Amino acid sequence: MSRALATGLGFTVLLLLGCWWALHLVHGGPVAAGFWLLVLVLVAVAWLALDRLSAEPVTARIVPVLFGAWLLFLWEVVVVGFDVPRVLLPAPSAIGRTIANSLGLLRADFVQTFVRAVVPGWVMGCGAGFVVALLIDRSPFLQRGLLPIGNLVSALPIIGVAPIMVMWFGFDWQSKAAVVVIMTFFPMLVNTIAGLAQTSAIERDLMHSYAASYWQTLVALRLPAAMPFIFNALKINATLALIGALVAEFFGTPIVGMGFRISTEVGRMNLDLVWATIAVAALAGSLSYGLLALIERMVTFWHPSYRRRR
Amino acid sequence: MAAASIGRPSGIATPRSGRALPVAVVTLAILLVWYLGAIWLNAPQVIDRYGDQPWTWQQLMADAWSMDRPVLPAPHQVAVELNRTVFQTAVTSKRSLVYHGWITLSATLLGFMLGTLLGILLAVGIVHVRALETSLMPWVITSQTIPILAIAPMVVVVLGSVGLTGLLPKALISMYLCFFPITIGMVKGLRSPDVLATELMHTWNATPSQVFWKLRWPAAVPYLFASLKVAIAISLVGAIVGEMPTGAQAGIGARLLSGSYYGQTVQIWAALVMGSVLAGVLIALINLVERLTLRAMGAQT
Repeated sequence: MSRALATGLGFTVLLLLGCWWALHLVHGGPVAAGFWLLVLVLVAVAWLALDRLSAEPVTARIVPVLFGAWLLFLWEVVVVGFDVPRVLLPAPSAIGRTIANSLGLLRADFVQTFVRAVVPGWVMGCGAGFVVALLIDRSPFLQRGLLPIGNLVSALPIIGVAPIMVMWFGFDWQSKAAVVVIMTFFPMLVNTIAGLAQTSAIERDLMHSYAASYWQTLVALRLPAAMPFIFNALKINATLALIGALVAEFFGTPIVGMGFRISTEVGRMNLDLVWATIAVAALAGSLSYGLLALIERMVTFWHPSYRRRR
Repeated sequence: MAAASIGRPSGIATPRSGRALPVAVVTLAILLVWYLGAIWLNAPQVIDRYGDQPWTWQQLMADAWSMDRPVLPAPHQVAVELNRTVFQTAVTSKRSLVYHGWITLSATLLGFMLGTLLGILLAVGIVHVRALETSLMPWVITSQTIPILAIAPMVVVVLGSVGLTGLLPKALISMYLCFFPITIGMVKGLRSPDVLATELMHTWNATPSQVFWKLRWPAAVPYLFASLKVAIAISLVGAIVGEMPTGAQAGIGARLLSGSYYGQTVQIWAALVMGSVLAGVLIALINLVERLTLRAMGAQT
């Protein structure tokens, strides 16, 4: 065990104890100026601990977790200590209690928004973008015509079609899925076309000299080369899909759904539940992103960005 | 949104030769599909209105393209609405799209500037301080998997309840959205000088600030512009969504919302086109600044 690691772990233990004490104090009643001195000291200790721990490759992995927990702690202490009004910002502990108390409600919202609208919309939008890209790929003329337009459309505020889709497909999840399809289509299209253009002439000539057919070249050479781009689009789209479905729900929903919950509970100033819904959405977003990143790692293991850094 | 284009500047190889004709053909095809779609989607209502009277196809076509509240307005209806609200209305009027566009644009630009500043500062910190890199970078990425856009209305309402109204809440949402591509792009850019160049600086005994200003910063500028283009587009989206909560008085998002409440589809489409034009103009502006800056820095184009 190196010195940096030992001091880093020492500081971490000190930090955890200090944070536990601070939480105990702040929930015990009103706090004095001395308490904020303690928090300042803890900030310094946290900085030292993070700095030492990130020097070691072994412990560098847990640093983000520690940092996240540290931010949560600061949030809790500041909100409780300064007695910030609940309407402005509830404490993490209050949000946690709300989550635990309204699991059924949150689950119903999650199913309505994520399972019914986001996932099918994401699959359809990405699938359609991929297929259209493959079709366009055979015609350089279409490629030249569609790529600039696709690039332009990806930069447009497509989210604005949400009210139109709600009018066309009604209030239920179909309209949200439609918004998701439109939002995810163009990033996938543009990225797949760019990815399919990644192979060099030498590689394609090699396939040609093997007398490989168009499909053989596609499956064996061009699709694998396009995978980093395709996964990039899949990951962008995972976030976009969630945003699209939630925003579309602001324009009309049945009385269930995460976007509906956020907009109505904001109106009633019931911020605990809003934050609980946001926490669920954030968790769903991060998990799907992480899952995609994991699959990407397995599929494109050959890519230079995954080589171990020296 | 199109975070794909962060990364290597000019990463996507576009076939440059003769793009005008294909683009024109595709645009015409889209217009054609739009007109046909307008007939197809509006026909049921039109036929319903005819009742038992006999009707011809020409009549159906003409009526489907000139409905008051169509399911899908024809492009020329949107053009007429745009002409009416942009050129025929005084810019100070609440019916003018220029007025609403300006409200959105000002929030977009303020948020964009704040986000750029924050993004660059974070990137500089991440590149220079090891503890920041390991602790902050994962959270910068995680922060983007949170559908912040969906809570934009809440941010507006909550900030409004403490007296912050008008431009700032929307700009804050834009800022949150657009700092990310800038941070990612700038971290890549500031790290882009190769080992030889940094070692050369080292042999010249350059101070860290000299290394930054004479090597890292110039190397990062192309990356910065690639990120700026993504960021301005997202910033606009953020401003528009920030205008959607009930009670928003002005802006493109408010136009979308009121159009959806009163079934004014033509108004929604006109607002959408206005937003798209804004996005296009902003990106074109950044392209121009990029070209001028890179030329002034002696880049080969």
